[in-house]
Amino acid sequence: MTAPASVKAPPSRRASTSGSEGPPSRRAFTVRRRSEARWGLVMIAPLGLGLLLFYLWPIAQTFYFGFTKWGPFGGSEWTGLANYERLLADAEVWTALRNSLVYTALVLLGVPVAIMFAALLNQSRLRGRGIFRTLYFLPVVTMPSAIAMLWQYLYNGDFGVLNQLLALVGVDGPSWMSDPRTAPYALAVIGVWMAFGYNLVILMAGLQNVPKQLYEASAIDGAGPVRQFLSITVPMLSPTIFFVSVISVIGTLQMFDLVYLMMPPGSPALPAAQTIVHLFYSTSFVKNDPGYGAAIAFLLFVVIALLTAVQFRIQRRWVHYA
Amino acid sequence: MHSRRWVLAASYTVLVMGVLVVVGPFVWQALTSVKSFQDSVRIPPTVLPSPWDWSGYAKVFELMPLGHQFVNTVLMAGGRTIAQLIFCSLAAFAFARLEFPGRRFFFGLFLVVLMVPSQLFVIPQFLIMQKLGWLNTIQALIVPGMFSAFGTFLLRQFFAGLPRELDEAAELDGCGPLQRYWRILLPLSKPGLIALAVLTLLWSWNDLMWPLIVNTDPEMMPLSAGLAALSGQHNIEYPALMAGSLMATAPVIVIFAILQKQIIEGIANTGGKA
Repeated sequence: MTAPASVKAPPSRRASTSGSEGPPSRRAFTVRRRSEARWGLVMIAPLGLGLLLFYLWPIAQTFYFGFTKWGPFGGSEWTGLANYERLLADAEVWTALRNSLVYTALVLLGVPVAIMFAALLNQSRLRGRGIFRTLYFLPVVTMPSAIAMLWQYLYNGDFGVLNQLLALVGVDGPSWMSDPRTAPYALAVIGVWMAFGYNLVILMAGLQNVPKQLYEASAIDGAGPVRQFLSITVPMLSPTIFFVSVISVIGTLQMFDLVYLMMPPGSPALPAAQTIVHLFYSTSFVKNDPGYGAAIAFLLFVVIALLTAVQFRIQRRWVHYA
Repeated sequence: MHSRRWVLAASYTVLVMGVLVVVGPFVWQALTSVKSFQDSVRIPPTVLPSPWDWSGYAKVFELMPLGHQFVNTVLMAGGRTIAQLIFCSLAAFAFARLEFPGRRFFFGLFLVVLMVPSQLFVIPQFLIMQKLGWLNTIQALIVPGMFSAFGTFLLRQFFAGLPRELDEAAELDGCGPLQRYWRILLPLSKPGLIALAVLTLLWSWNDLMWPLIVNTDPEMMPLSAGLAALSGQHNIEYPALMAGSLMATAPVIVIFAILQKQIIEGIANTGGKA
C-alpha cells in the first residue's frame, strides 16, 4: 500500500529486457526461455506447495466446515445453513462482535495521539529521536503473555499500583479486570498502549517523506507549529495515516491474546469483554465445535472485508496523494 | 526566538511523559521481580524492594519447565525463520525476475493468503497436525509457519528495486537463474533478508494461539504458552511471574537492541506482520 521508502521504482521492465538481448539465434532464445520457465516453477514450488497445503486448501475446507456439524467422535455431517442461522440468533456472537468493534474504535482513537508524537519527534532541532523511538517501541517487541501478566498485576484491585495512584487523588478504584463494567476499557487501554509504538514508527517513516521546504515556506508566511501541523503535516501524511488505520482495524478485529490471557474461563467479565476471535477459539478448540467455529471465522472475514472496503471508499474524501 | 524554545521545551515535556507511561510498567515489572512475595502484595506498595530478593528468578523454574520451553521457543522461532528465508527468497526471486507460465495467477493466490485472517485456516491446520500425529511435537510448532505469503511479498518488493542490469550482465556471462539468485541478488539483499528474519523471529517468538492449539503438554510448549498456563493457574507468586516474563522476553529485547534499525525500517516499510 505505501511504497517502501528504500525501494526505488523498478526500472526497465520486461519489455526492454527482450529488446536489449540483441538478435541471438532464435533457437538459443527459446532454450533460454524454457529453462527460465522451468526454474521459475521450481523456485516457487516449495513455498507454493506449503501455502497450498497449509493455507489455501484449508481456506476452502473451513468454508466447507461452516456448513457442517461435528459429532463427538470427529467427522462431520452436512447441515446446510444451520450454523449461519444459529449465528444470526446467537447473542454471544453479536456481543463479541460488538466488543471487537468497540476495541477497534478505541484503538483508532490512539492514532491521533501517535500522529502528534510523530510530529513532535520529527522536529529538526529535537535531540534523542532514536532513544524516544526505541523506548516507545518496547511494548511492540515484548511477549503478550508477559505484558498481560504485568498489567494484571498493575490492575489488581487490592495492591495494584494503578489503584494506589488513584487513591492518592481520593478515588477508590475497582477490580479492573473482573468488573464487567471496567474490563473492556481496561483491555482497550493495553491495546492502545501496545499499538502505539508500532503506529508511531510507521508514521515517523511517513513524515520523512514530507518535504522540509513546505515547513520553511510556511514559517516565512508566519505559520505557527499548530497551523503547520494541521495544514502541512496531516494532509501530507494522510496516505500513511490511512495505511495505519487500515492496519489497526484489521489487527484489532483479530485481537485474541489479551482476552485469552487476562480473562480466565469463568471470569465474570468475560462475556462483556470477549472478542470475536476469542469466541472463535473457544468454540472451535475448547467446546470442540469446529463447524460453528468456521461459521464465526467467516463472519469475521466478512466484517474485516466490509470495514476495509468502507475505509477505502472514505479515503477518497480525505487522503491526499502527492 | 522565544516561541521556538518554548515549543521545544513543551515537546520534550510531552515526550518524556509519554515515555513514563510506556516504560513505567516495565520498570515496575523489573522492580517486582526482585521483591519478596510479602513486598509484592503490600498495601500500599513500596517502590523499591526491601530487601532485594532474587529468589523469584529461581522459583519460576520450579513453577514451569522454563528450560524446555526456552529450547522449544528457540527451535520454533529459528526453524520458521530459516525456512522462510529460503522458501520466500526463492519464490520472491522467481516472481520478481523470471518469466514463467502462470506467474500472475500464482502471485494472485499468494496475495489471497496475505489478505485472509488466520482464523480461516487454523482449524484445518490443526486437523492436519492431528492426522500426522504431530500434536505436542516441535514440528507442529514449526511447520505451518515455515511458509509465508507476507515474506514473499516483502522480498519481491525488495528484489524488484534492485537494478535489472545486474541480472542482464550476469546472464551475458552465462549465469543461469539459480546462480543469479544465489550469487547476485541474495548478497545484495541483506537488508531485506534481515528485515524478514527479525520480523519472523519476533512474531514467532511471541506467537500464542497456534501453540495453544497444537501443544498442550507443558514440556512441549513455547514460552508464550507456558507463561499463559502459569498465570492461568491463578498464580500470585508475583515476583516469580515477573522474573519469568522478563527472562522470556529478554532475548527478543537483546535482538531488538542490536538490530533495532533494521527492525524499525522493516516495519516502517511494510507495516509488516508475519
